[in-house]
Amino acid sequence: MSATGAATGAERIAAAFAGHGKRAALMPYLMGGYPSVAESLAAGEAAVDAGADLIELGIPFSDPLADGPVIHAAGTAALEAGVTPGDVLKVCAALAERVPVVLMVYANIVLVDGAAAFAARAAAAGAAGLIVPDLPQDESAGVRAACDEAGLALVALVAPSSSAARVAEIGANARGFVYAVSLAGTTGERAELAPELADLVERTRAATALPVAVGFGISTAEQAATVGDLADGVIVGSRIVRAAGDGAAAVAAVVEELAEALRDG
Amino acid sequence: MTDDREREFGPYGGRFVPETLIPALEELETAWIEAREDVAFGAELDGLLRDYVGRPSPLYRARRLSEQLGGTVYLKREDLNHTGAHKINNALGQTLLAKRMGKRRVIAETGAGQHGVATATACALLDLECVVYMGAEDMRRQRPNVERMELLGARVEAVEAGARTLKEAVSAAIRDWVANSGTTHYVIGSAVGPAPYPAMVRDLQRTIGEELREQILAAEGRLPDRLIACVGGGSNAIGAFVPFALDAGVELIGVEAAGAGIASGRHSAPLTTGARGVLHGAFTAVLQDADGQVLEAHSVSAGLDYPGAGPEHAWLRDEGRVSYLAVDDEAAVAAFKLLCRLEGIIPALESAHALAWLLENPNAGGLDAMVLSGRGDKDLAEVLGR
Repeated sequence: MSATGAATGAERIAAAFAGHGKRAALMPYLMGGYPSVAESLAAGEAAVDAGADLIELGIPFSDPLADGPVIHAAGTAALEAGVTPGDVLKVCAALAERVPVVLMVYANIVLVDGAAAFAARAAAAGAAGLIVPDLPQDESAGVRAACDEAGLALVALVAPSSSAARVAEIGANARGFVYAVSLAGTTGERAELAPELADLVERTRAATALPVAVGFGISTAEQAATVGDLADGVIVGSRIVRAAGDGAAAVAAVVEELAEALRDG
Repeated sequence: MTDDREREFGPYGGRFVPETLIPALEELETAWIEAREDVAFGAELDGLLRDYVGRPSPLYRARRLSEQLGGTVYLKREDLNHTGAHKINNALGQTLLAKRMGKRRVIAETGAGQHGVATATACALLDLECVVYMGAEDMRRQRPNVERMELLGARVEAVEAGARTLKEAVSAAIRDWVANSGTTHYVIGSAVGPAPYPAMVRDLQRTIGEELREQILAAEGRLPDRLIACVGGGSNAIGAFVPFALDAGVELIGVEAAGAGIASGRHSAPLTTGARGVLHGAFTAVLQDADGQVLEAHSVSAGLDYPGAGPEHAWLRDEGRVSYLAVDDEAAVAAFKLLCRLEGIIPALESAHALAWLLENPNAGGLDAMVLSGRGDKDLAEVLGR
């Protein structure tokens, strides 16, 4: 943890959201171990070089309920190649020297040896936080306590279907930033942004002082720019993972285009 | 039940799903609590169970089987239900609920096709759109059931992920529901998944145990020494067991699939082998590796070929109320063949697991009841091909 110093994950995330110099922070998602462990690290390095402010790093899981076809296939390929959570934590450790890394990991991987054990491993690998897409507010107390103990931010998710009462509760318990899921559905590229997005960001802002980042369904520069005007962070997943299949140069090109869109205007 | 909401069973159960689905689960929970208190809803469901499904299903004293085992064995004949298994009890209840909730589109997952056929049947009856997710490998193995579903007006969606079997079909159905929960009800086929599904499916299958209790009291004047049922996700077993939960004198036995043998690692026995984890929205008994990756299940019986079991079963196991054991493919197939010759009943391969345990553990002079959860016509190719 040399480069990350004594700052907690939440503090490193806050610094990244405060100091990006763009309309919004850019957080590309990469699947750890796809297309190989080394190539996923190279893709992450390329993304940082091209303007990523934070990296969301996925740990492949056998049953990724929140993911659409592109990320699901990348995770399956990584698992078939024998990639383990430990391999992804090595990628995390390398990237965490440069930007905050938030691990996107399904609940069963966190819980298999107990949340405290996983949080300690993730913190030792320099992770700043965890996003657990199948751990809604009602189930999250134990994992959040373990993350707090380890200095990790357990990032909470809100969705367009979340009621006002739920958004308030989620916002009150959030750490690091709040992840606003832009649409009802799984991850994946969409032609249009969801119409309910602006309302969701507004409702989330009212419930938390933390930054609000938007993900799911964002792939183009135009979409990123639109979301960048509404929210504090823009998360792009499937398009980056698709590019990762073509190599680090392809990832760099996509991230540059997205970062440029967030700088303009 | 003092609290109407039943989301946990000891440490098990819960709602481990994306936030997007939580409001849909709460809407469903509220609708189910209201519906089951509603006399008109109950009357409509009971009427259909009687006139359309053929309930109550008979409790048959298996004469030659009893003779062979030296005790008295009764079979609860869920195989005689319309569509040939207990699955229709749940499918009818949930599709009626979907209609009541104003959801015109219904989705389901299926492994062997029994739950898919039951849901497609109920949707035809109630004039609802029906989409059934089925692993591409299962579609190949269970072609007649694919054709049945299509004849009944359902669309069968092939799932190409993973091993292309039931686990992936459930995941595909959940992904569809995440995107479409406003218009769509997901009819899950077993007592698994996020709350309120495990409790709701159990409530819809309790009729098995309630009828069995009355029937055996009428026939024998007492409760059985042992009640045996097969467990995949565990809906027929939970429905049979729960009405006997407080009868300390009735031993409850759940039989899982040991596949090629527990030691081989190629089995479907999460309750017997003990690991705990999150699968398809519930914390429960799950087959997994040391990293928490969910493993593929293996069983000759497609209906038991699932790496998890319902959370209430995990709790009943920990509490010591139900004993869970496993029977391998070979023993199940032998039991299948035996029942055909002994009683003139072709059992589902799932139910044949429960029977195989009974054959290995006779109760001389005693009184046993076993749930014959479905008929085995669907399994002829599998059994004859061995």
